[in-house]
Amino acid sequence: MSAALFIDITLWGSVAVLGFMVWRRGRVLALASAREGAMDFINIVPRIALGVIGSGYIAAIIPPEVITGWLGPDSGWMGVLAATIAGAATPGGPVVGFSIGAVALKVGGGTPQVIAYVISWALFAFQRLILWEIPFMPAKFVWFRAAVSLPFPFLAAALSMAIGKP
Amino acid sequence: MRTKQDETLSPPDLIHLAEPPTDPADDSAEAEAPRKQRRPIGWSMIFIAVLVAICVVLVWRRDGIHGVTEILYGDLALFGGILPRVLAGCLLGAFITEILPHEKVSRSLGPNSGLKGLLIGTAFGAILPGGPFTAYPVAAALLTVGADFGATIAMVVSWTLIGYGRAVAWELPILGTDFTIWRIVLSLPIPILAGALGRVVYLRFYPKGEAVE
Repeated sequence: MSAALFIDITLWGSVAVLGFMVWRRGRVLALASAREGAMDFINIVPRIALGVIGSGYIAAIIPPEVITGWLGPDSGWMGVLAATIAGAATPGGPVVGFSIGAVALKVGGGTPQVIAYVISWALFAFQRLILWEIPFMPAKFVWFRAAVSLPFPFLAAALSMAIGKP
Repeated sequence: MRTKQDETLSPPDLIHLAEPPTDPADDSAEAEAPRKQRRPIGWSMIFIAVLVAICVVLVWRRDGIHGVTEILYGDLALFGGILPRVLAGCLLGAFITEILPHEKVSRSLGPNSGLKGLLIGTAFGAILPGGPFTAYPVAAALLTVGADFGATIAMVVSWTLIGYGRAVAWELPILGTDFTIWRIVLSLPIPILAGALGRVVYLRFYPKGEAVE
């Protein structure tokens, strides 16, 4: 829990510092700005609620074992494709994602495939998309960002295949 | 900055007040509001809601009503836990929008900022502390004050791929030093390439330079 406490202290510390900087420019401005943030919050709460509660149900439909199955010793480009889909479909937080990658490495998954998996998870994990990215960012930007990110798990896998492991 | 298509839509202010959840114009109207606009429920949320509804039914058929309520209680607890951080993230975004000099941001991160803008976005994403509750509000604030899609894509992708927070806390202990460093080295060019690709595609989609949120 100390990590969570550290995060919260840094987070609220940043809020306080920035709030103070706005405050020094004028009280009216600071109050308007804080109100703006609070309105954003009120607006975002229903979306976050849908994201949190919804992704719990989606995650319940996709058991981690299924994801691990897609990341077997199957090598080559089909393996990279499977790894990329698996990364996007992985439910849960970083512990789940990275652990699945570690298991895949242990059971003989190739490095390029696991790299594609980790990068795809970082770029597209559905839970982060619907829980954080879509509520906070303009939806148009999020879809745009995801679409132009599509080639990159494959590019990283290709680089990994070409260079090999150092 | 109004395009012909948008003139046929209702003005943004009306959309803020009304709540037309099925209005297909939502997304295009979003881009028009000069300042940070509050979005009504858009297509993305409807899509997610439908997906969630399907999954709830699947869980219910598999585990019965008990399975449904169990997940609901667990998620509600999680939801309560992250709310304060979401509030902090929103305040952070609002303050940053106020503090950052808009002209400077649009010069160094705007559509004409070139490779330098993508590099700044990448560096910013890599050093940004905190989790998703800081990264996304800050990215949204950058869009509001004049960064373009390309530089913001570079920032978001850099935060998720080469940001140190998650790598140090989770990836290193679970996947090991060798793999993590190798993975990050291979990821280094990705934010810049993604941002550049984003700019090219954006120009194809919006050749007239539609206002960025």
